[in-house]
Amino acid sequence: MLDIPLQALAAQAFTGLVLGGIYVLMAIGLSLIFGLMTVLGAYVAFSLMGLTKSFWAALVLAPLVVGALGFLVERFLIRRLYGRSPDDPLLLTFGLSLAMVEGAKLLWGKIGLTVDPPRQLASAVNLGFMNFPVYRLFVIAVTAAVLVALWLFLEKTRIGLIIRAGSRDALMVRALGIDLNRVWLLVFGIGIGMAGLAGVLAGPMRGVYAEMGVEIIIDSFVIVVVGGMGSLAGAIIAGLLMGEIVSLTTFFAPKLAELIIFIVMAVVLLVRPSGLFGEAGLAA
Amino acid sequence: MISGALRPITAWVSAHPVASFIVFFAAFPFLVPYQSLATQVLIFGLFALGFNLLYGYTGLLSFGHAAYYGLGAYGAGIALAKLKLTSLWLALGIGLGAAVIGGALIGFFCLRRRGIYFAMLTLAFAQMLYFIAFHASDLTGGDDGLRGIPVHALGLPGGSVSLRTPLAFYFFAYVLVVLAVAALKRILDSPFGAVLQAIRENSDRAVACGYDINRIKLLSFVFSALFAGLAGALDALRLTVVPVDSLYWTTSGQVVIMTLLGGAGTFFGPFVGAATFLILADRLSLFIEAWPLVIGVIFMAFVLFLPRGIWGTLTARGVER
Repeated sequence: MLDIPLQALAAQAFTGLVLGGIYVLMAIGLSLIFGLMTVLGAYVAFSLMGLTKSFWAALVLAPLVVGALGFLVERFLIRRLYGRSPDDPLLLTFGLSLAMVEGAKLLWGKIGLTVDPPRQLASAVNLGFMNFPVYRLFVIAVTAAVLVALWLFLEKTRIGLIIRAGSRDALMVRALGIDLNRVWLLVFGIGIGMAGLAGVLAGPMRGVYAEMGVEIIIDSFVIVVVGGMGSLAGAIIAGLLMGEIVSLTTFFAPKLAELIIFIVMAVVLLVRPSGLFGEAGLAA
Repeated sequence: MISGALRPITAWVSAHPVASFIVFFAAFPFLVPYQSLATQVLIFGLFALGFNLLYGYTGLLSFGHAAYYGLGAYGAGIALAKLKLTSLWLALGIGLGAAVIGGALIGFFCLRRRGIYFAMLTLAFAQMLYFIAFHASDLTGGDDGLRGIPVHALGLPGGSVSLRTPLAFYFFAYVLVVLAVAALKRILDSPFGAVLQAIRENSDRAVACGYDINRIKLLSFVFSALFAGLAGALDALRLTVVPVDSLYWTTSGQVVIMTLLGGAGTFFGPFVGAATFLILADRLSLFIEAWPLVIGVIFMAFVLFLPRGIWGTLTARGVER
């Protein structure tokens, strides 16, 4: 009797790990626009797959295309708003997402698209306690690889050092003669490219539809609030934790699955407003 | 310039906002193509008025105002359709109560963070209410919306008035919105209103002056939810149905767009914006299916080039940003 639920539980826990992986990728993105760019990434990947007939080409190209678009948005729209109220970029990207959701419906149709995982990853592997789709293992691996690369980039390179210093004290970094505008442009491009990647990866699991970005962006902001702002480790742990919580709630109390992340968030806000790993001073 | 020619008019209107409101909106239903559009402008203007108190005057950007609008709508709708109450006043009161309690609770949580996190938290809690309404279909009708809200006559001291014609309903809403506009004016002119604007301009300074800004922000949040809830309750009576979308983020987005088009932090901006948005949407949807695309682009242009909005630009009194 008991071993069947246990197996299902393990399976659900493992599915949660994948969900957590997507959450982590998104949560690192950190801004309204990234939700929108995830959708765009998914759609661009779909079109590229149609053109090149290759998932792998799309996997590499879509984040680049979307990242390049992110460069343009930063350079020609968002940069005009620096020095104004911090709400203004948020408002602008809200208008942009409204326009782009409709634009995506015009270009790719109103009905969601289904994307098949590539042939090499379409099978399932027996993990002992369950049969798990290889594609989902692949998602875990890519997420882990990207995170390690990002961590190395931020901690070990010169530009990474400037980014970390700039986010602490922009004025001081400028005073040292560093052009932060170019650095922010790069950060923005990388963030959006990662959102594009999250979109490509999520496509074969969730399908592609115009409104997917809003759902994802809410989830990822909840994770950033729970994990604590400005903490890469916080985002990773909170993302994985939330993936698990959602997955296990789906198993035990399906009706609560959509609510549970908000409940967790409310509890964290009550007990630790700066987030699990946030520094109190950064609780902006 | 146009704004120069209009200056005497806009100056008088700005000096006598409540009187201007009473005069203009008494004539308004006879100036628009059909009367139900006038009622919509009134109700969404009130919704935007509530949003504007929080964003335009207190400087707190909420992306989840659908929550209070929806609570007001479901509160009044459930009172009439499920609890079988026959008093419209009681139903409105229940809607307002739901919005105020919701606003106080959600505001308490959201005000623990600032800036973009505050905005995202308001959005997250509004989506939470949306999911609850979606699944609690016994009470809310779920995906189909809450249907079968009866149209009762409005009980008054001297008898009762039927609200079945669009014009009768318009003037019922008109009286309530006038009261709300007068109340907002009273709030803004009070010392409390001055502190709200001080928080918007420089919250650190307001703290240094000894104000408990968290309590004041929460009060502003609750007042804002109250106005939004009244708008929602009125809309439930107007439509006799509460679509589940009234809690969805698109509703929150609409009120943001309306307020910014009209002019955040200006007294009439919300009504100017609601009228602009609704008339634009009404006309555009005749020609293009993807009309939100056009609205999105117009909205972006306003954020970039006309941050004071229409009314703020005409009166040159909008928020300096």
